[in-house]
Amino acid sequence: MNPIDALFRDLRAAGRKAFMPFLTGGDPDLAFTKDALTAVAAAGAHLVEVGLPFSDPIADGPVIQASYTRALNAKLKLGDLFATLKQTAAQPGWKTPMVAMGSYTLIYKRGAAAFIQQAKAAGLSGAVLPDLPVEEAEEFAKVAADHDFKPILLVTPTTSPARAEKIVKACGGFVYVVSIVGITGERDRMPVAITDMIARLRNLTDLPLCVGFGVSKPEHVTELRTLVDGVIVGTAMVRKLEQAGQPGQREKALTELKASVQALVVALNPTP
Amino acid sequence: MSSTLANAVSAVPDARGRFGEFGGRFVPETLMFALEQLTDAYESAKHDPAFQDEFRRILADYVGRPSRLYFAERLTREAGGARIYLKREDMNHTGAHKINNAIGQALLTQRMGKKRIIAETGAGQHGVASATAGALFGLPCRVYMGEEDIRRQELNVFRMKAMGTEVFPVTSGSRTLRDAVNEAMREWMSTVEDTHYIIGSAIGPHPFPMIVRDFQSMIGQEIIEQSNEQIGRLPDAVVACVGGGSNAAGTFYPFVDHEAVELIGVEAGGHAKGLGTHAATLMHGQPGVLHGTFTYVLQDDDGQTADVHSVSAGLDYPAVGPEHSYWKDSRRVRYCSVTDNEALDAFYLCSRLEGILPALETAHAVVETMRVASKRSKDDVVVLCFSGRGDKDCAEVARVMTERDKAGRQKTS
Ligand SMILES: Cc1ncc(COP(=O)(O)O)c(C=O)c1O
Repeated sequence: MNPIDALFRDLRAAGRKAFMPFLTGGDPDLAFTKDALTAVAAAGAHLVEVGLPFSDPIADGPVIQASYTRALNAKLKLGDLFATLKQTAAQPGWKTPMVAMGSYTLIYKRGAAAFIQQAKAAGLSGAVLPDLPVEEAEEFAKVAADHDFKPILLVTPTTSPARAEKIVKACGGFVYVVSIVGITGERDRMPVAITDMIARLRNLTDLPLCVGFGVSKPEHVTELRTLVDGVIVGTAMVRKLEQAGQPGQREKALTELKASVQALVVALNPTP
Repeated sequence: MSSTLANAVSAVPDARGRFGEFGGRFVPETLMFALEQLTDAYESAKHDPAFQDEFRRILADYVGRPSRLYFAERLTREAGGARIYLKREDMNHTGAHKINNAIGQALLTQRMGKKRIIAETGAGQHGVASATAGALFGLPCRVYMGEEDIRRQELNVFRMKAMGTEVFPVTSGSRTLRDAVNEAMREWMSTVEDTHYIIGSAIGPHPFPMIVRDFQSMIGQEIIEQSNEQIGRLPDAVVACVGGGSNAAGTFYPFVDHEAVELIGVEAGGHAKGLGTHAATLMHGQPGVLHGTFTYVLQDDDGQTADVHSVSAGLDYPAVGPEHSYWKDSRRVRYCSVTDNEALDAFYLCSRLEGILPALETAHAVVETMRVASKRSKDDVVVLCFSGRGDKDCAEVARVMTERDKAGRQKTS
């Protein structure tokens, strides 16, 4: 069974919700990526999304783009990132599923099959490709299915009901529900329309529904807890990576990353 | 005319926005709704005589179309071969072909009931064109422009601001056109409900490459009419510069089914052949995705978009419109590149011989036009899409020439 399916089966049985931090691979460097992944897993993260740095990420806000730029300026190569993920997942007792988040051109460059084989060998169980809409995702989804790799697609507030139906059919692992019209980044409050959106999606699919884009604070998580199967927090985590790049700040950033994951895990699952 | 309609080179894109294998939509789900809405609005506008009349009326009364097809006698003599004609897009209001598309898309904005426009710009010509359309239609306008280009194109920044447009400096990445497109797309994602993004070249996700091509196609159509009138037949060759590829797409599209007409696209060869030293995407790139479309892209082995260089800000782009990728692979259009230095020399040559200062983008096409003409017989006719005037580039040319002279003196001393 794919580790993502196993995760949500167990969480649902226990009545718990998934907390899923996003971390850019290679920011500020690969050694930190390994430490940060290990730290967030130890702090209770249920799944980690690893951002594959790309030079022109149109779906991401300024904080994540800047993070990608830092990683690329440090000459990050995807092959090296995969090697680091492999080492991370090879640590004794590692059981946190990981998924990649990346721009489609990085996958196209290698070919879907080769990318998926390399990603799986690195310990990744699926991928979110925000710039691969369902119309263009057919081939990727087919190759992914052959390799038990999950193509995780996105639904947004501007997605029509007819499209949502197509998207959940092609999607695997969980549905990435975008909470706002716009790019990744932090918001003060969660938009109200999300309740309706989730209700409509529940009628279309049994897949877990996880909300991301704009989630950053424990209050948001509390608001979402009863509605969804999981919550993805990106920008707020990536700020810690930025901090880790400052001289002498690595340990502090790691500690804060851990604390913030712990706080969000508790906000999501208040009764242990 | 060639082949049957369905097989014609012009019968693209398909319903998914594909030009052969190129094009499509590789954008976040958030934008899909807006792109579908835009496709519908455009399809209905295309078949609405009232819309087309309004577009033609503004092009005639405000832009000054049709632009002239002018016999460049002294350039012809200099080349010593085929007769050279200039399609004078530089004579349009605002000084380049970009205004055609900006007016068309501003009309579409109104038709969709949107209240605000945004645009990206490299050389500033599309920014100026959008600012102009914003002023004309009373639409608030914001233009994204790389910091490096703001420096290179001071005059156009002033023009935009004078027309009430907000020029938004882009400081990410290489601070040029490509980063301005990233920022504009991002901004569009959060404002898509009331804002239209007037993309400035035949790039981006479907339906933009088709819309921009169509809104520029009067260039080629007028060339056909004017050459029929002036020389009694079609030209033998047509040349245009290719940045994102809008002036070239509008020039070539009406010709692609006329197989006897040679079509030549000219890219920016920069100052060398290595990645990062030029912007000749079709010459040196590989298929990939940038800015929402599948097309030739300049990228490194890992799939990261490469830095590009050109003396001309409007050609400084690491991808190209998907229809050009299709024309390249189907061999309907021949693509070549011209270096910074060759373009600078042509800037002066054209100015001295014809009294017409070309934009640096256009100057690239001048170089290839001279080459093509020199190899062809005196009975042949070569048409050059004279995409814009050079006023915006004067300060930059002066600066670059001073540097070049200094470097030249150091070499000889
Ligand atoms: C005068 C002129 N010609 C050509 C171009 C290149 O754009 P495109 O390839 O879309 O025609 C520009 C772009 O700014 C321009 O200003």
